Amino acid sequence: MLGFTITQWMFGILSFLAIMFALMVVFSRNPVNSVLYLVLTFFCVAGHYLLLNAQFLAVVHIVVYSGAIMVLFLFVIMLMDLNQEKEPQKTWLNKLIAGVAGGLLLFVFVGSLKGAEQLQLETYGASQIGLVKNLGKVLFSEFLFPFEIVSVLLLAALVGAIMIGKKEIR
Amino acid sequence: MLTLIIIKLITCIAVFAISLGVAAYATLWERKFSALLQDRVGPDRAGPKGLLQPLADGGKMFFKEEIIPNVSNKFLFILGPSLFMLTALMTGSVIPWGKDFTTAGGSIISFQITDINIGVLYLLGVVSIGVYGIMIGGWASNNKYALLGAIRSSSQMISYEIAMGISVIALVITAGGTLSLREIVGQQDAGYANIVYQPLGFLIFFVCALAETNRAPFDLPECEAELVGGYHTEYSSMKLGLFLFAEYINMFISSAVMSAFYFGGYNFPFAQELYNAIGLQEGSIWISLIGFGAFFTKIIIFICVFMWIRWTLPRFRYDQLMNLGWKILLPLSLLNLAITIGVEFLRGNLQL
Repeated sequence: MLGFTITQWMFGILSFLAIMFALMVVFSRNPVNSVLYLVLTFFCVAGHYLLLNAQFLAVVHIVVYSGAIMVLFLFVIMLMDLNQEKEPQKTWLNKLIAGVAGGLLLFVFVGSLKGAEQLQLETYGASQIGLVKNLGKVLFSEFLFPFEIVSVLLLAALVGAIMIGKKEIR
Repeated sequence: MLTLIIIKLITCIAVFAISLGVAAYATLWERKFSALLQDRVGPDRAGPKGLLQPLADGGKMFFKEEIIPNVSNKFLFILGPSLFMLTALMTGSVIPWGKDFTTAGGSIISFQITDINIGVLYLLGVVSIGVYGIMIGGWASNNKYALLGAIRSSSQMISYEIAMGISVIALVITAGGTLSLREIVGQQDAGYANIVYQPLGFLIFFVCALAETNRAPFDLPECEAELVGGYHTEYSSMKLGLFLFAEYINMFISSAVMSAFYFGGYNFPFAQELYNAIGLQEGSIWISLIGFGAFFTKIIIFICVFMWIRWTLPRFRYDQLMNLGWKILLPLSLLNLAITIGVEFLRGNLQL
């Protein structure tokens, strides 16, 4: 079909959907719709992981981001009951500052891609590193130290959240 | 290729039909069962012994007036029950319903829609997105009782998912580190069922499954004494029917998962002796069907236990529910995981 393989078609469709949903997150007026579009974006990204044969990453992405974090987001937004009329409107200065800061962040992201064209790319579907067994072995041998450090970081965040949530500290 | 697609299509339709059929008759059985426990007769007018009651209920649901509240978000209001039903049906696809059999032509046909090698994770993933149906439906109703019900439901499901996931990790370690449901069921063929190795894990999983399916005593999301009808207060007609029906499908699927994980799925004691006595060859379709029957018996027993619990235990209070999830089940599941790792290490099944 037009000289593309099925994988390339899938990649194209998923990328298109991911970008479209990401734009909808920004442009939709209702915050609840934004969150739901973000969930759809995460599903598209999980689809990309599947195309790379990274099954574990794909499912964990769905379980953690779509299944837990976004549910909590939805939770908070539903309880706050935000809408256009009641929200204080941003001044043009705020908008300008946000625009410049966002543009700079984009600049950094694009800059970090420099040199990426020289990397050896793995072909789609051939890589075995994303399978649970291989990933586990690498994670618990070669990258054990960073892995444990990340868990300490998460624990610190957890303790911090509990401290903020506590009404009085005894 | 074409035959494969046709076979898979037939399996899909069969699993779909069985899920819906079992759920339909579970509604009847629930009413009969509650009647039994409360010394009543139960529904007995539609058809012989009331056997056509699910049909009558379904017809009633379809022909009732459909009300969409004016102030609701219409698209999300319809999306809610659809999504809940979709996620309920999606879980059936990785469950191995019976042994593979060989046809006369020599091709092997399996009683499972697909065997993905991350089946356990897939189940957890689908369960974790199942909460969106309730949340979207509850919020889109634009009703405070529905919103409270939805929020109760989602916090309950997120809390109990953690203990459930950890008890499943312990199971996976006992099963030799595989995440494929077919292999987990297959390795119980030779030895004992996993319940022998994981009694505590099963108990935790069972309680979490009750909470995840919103069944009593964890049915706080639709607690009628406090919340009118919970997340489906504003729903009527078949959209309400989908919510209620999906609960029964969830119950059926979680019974199937528990039978497959902890009770050997389609295996049963002295299966090989039985097959030898009748003279069935390996790969015969009758072995698959007998295994399917055994699996189904286990599922029906589990469904009965679910109902027995519903009509016996009173509902939890909300803080009791959270205490049970976070302060009892989570530490217990971590303890179970630690014991499992220790025992498996001593048995030499794990290497450093």
